[in-house]
Amino acid sequence: MDLLTYPFMLRALAGALIIGLAAPALGVYLVQRRLSLIGDGIGHVALTGVGVGLLTHQSPVLTAVLVSVFGAIAVELVRERGRTSGDLALALLFYGGIAGGVVLVGLSDDASNASLMQYLFGSLITTSPTDIAVIAVLGAAVLAAMLVFRPALFALCNDEEYARVSGLPVRTLNLLLAVTTAVTVTIAMRTVGLLLVSALMVVPVAAAQQLTRGFRSTMAVAMLIGICAAGAGVVVSGEIDTAPGATTVLLAIAAFLLATGAGALWHRRPGSPSPAPVEPPDVVLHG
Amino acid sequence: MTVIEVNHLAAGYDGREILRDVTLSVAAGDVVAVLGANGSGKSTLIRTILGLVPIRRGEVELFGTPQRRFRRWERVGYVPQRLGAGSGVPATVGEVVSSGRLARRGLFRPPGAADRAAVHQALEAVGLLDRIGDPVSTLSGGQQQRTLIARALAGRPDLLVLDEPTAGVDAASQEAFAGALTAFAADGGTILLVLHELGPLRPLIGRAVVVHEGRIAHQGVPPEPAGHHAEPGHDHVHPHADAEQAGICEWAPTDGMKAY
Repeated sequence: MDLLTYPFMLRALAGALIIGLAAPALGVYLVQRRLSLIGDGIGHVALTGVGVGLLTHQSPVLTAVLVSVFGAIAVELVRERGRTSGDLALALLFYGGIAGGVVLVGLSDDASNASLMQYLFGSLITTSPTDIAVIAVLGAAVLAAMLVFRPALFALCNDEEYARVSGLPVRTLNLLLAVTTAVTVTIAMRTVGLLLVSALMVVPVAAAQQLTRGFRSTMAVAMLIGICAAGAGVVVSGEIDTAPGATTVLLAIAAFLLATGAGALWHRRPGSPSPAPVEPPDVVLHG
Repeated sequence: MTVIEVNHLAAGYDGREILRDVTLSVAAGDVVAVLGANGSGKSTLIRTILGLVPIRRGEVELFGTPQRRFRRWERVGYVPQRLGAGSGVPATVGEVVSSGRLARRGLFRPPGAADRAAVHQALEAVGLLDRIGDPVSTLSGGQQQRTLIARALAGRPDLLVLDEPTAGVDAASQEAFAGALTAFAADGGTILLVLHELGPLRPLIGRAVVVHEGRIAHQGVPPEPAGHHAEPGHDHVHPHADAEQAGICEWAPTDGMKAY
């Protein structure tokens, strides 16, 4: 535990805890909507933002936020139209995003594999105090939006047409989800990296719903699992010298396996209702 | 007072026109059933009235306000055909029914005691109060449908719009359903509902409208049940394949309607 006396480790831990809390709070809505993999797609787009930042000597976090917000809004507009070609449009956007990122990073002064890896798989240890400030402010904003608008976002993700007939600002709420997804992906890129971002949004939710019966309890348990996995991920990776992002994701998956086992035992009690079938995450972006 | 006013309405999806020319008026306290074959446009009619399908021509007014400018959505309770597709995460019956309070409460106010009381009352009305903490996925189809009615009732609307609420619903749920709607109508509520067949809801219905090929083919008081439908104890539950036929045949086929 001596590691935690180093300021860089404390910063790493603070960043991880914020993401660990904010990512599942958003992820629970994405899973409910069966958009589990959207975070992954936005992560691809964010890489282009990183490339733009490195090339123009701006903060990569800031440019990644901007580019991925644009990407997320584009995805939402495609989804809203509900065209069958939406699937292809998304594929173009995602692969265009990652290819653009690789090319732009390659063109920049900092054109090393190390800098690319830093964004693809996270690099908490090199997180600066400014980065932590940005992560804290944006993470708190995402968390606040997800908690304050929980009833409305639940209604929207549960039944979009009903939300519309309730007079809710459906389009604004959809864009809010799109923008917060982009923001969460970008701030989480320092912790777990763009390729593993989606895991922190989805895996804690998947684990929580093995144990819970309602939406609110799923959200609460998912946030608990998220913050524990992120905190433990940083500490364990510091102790045994592994990549913090990958360690965090493995711990979250371990929590999922444990929860599945515990849930199965719980449901096998005599007289308990049979568990609802868990649908696999769906790549198709339908409403 | 007119609750719904539809004038020469045309509407449809993706370039296909489903409603051609519909004129309909529903007054406060009316209970109106919309009948018709599959694809006749009966669901499209109520979805257009609610603003879920864009209007092409003609007008729709809700409570005297053109639908485009209508903002008092807390006065309208909508009961869709089935629970929404978004069910990746478990949700309890209570949570789903609480959504019905949003139109009244708005976006920013957290739920209070009045909201909880309304949710309890609505669940009591459909006989599901004991399931308030259960995940909706563990409910039968009929119970899920009753949950959706409770969600609409929780908002204390003046108008209920229901899209085939009794399709594929067990007899017990149909009775619970008829009871909840009868109580709502007795309090002066207005009901517009799409039906496959009149079934146990028949005593409630004041007027029936038959939609055929995007137009109103017939409108009037529903006829008395005839044949075996009139026998005491007939529960009006048909196997699904026959439901369509029964729904149409209870109606004397009128001009422009195919007799199946």
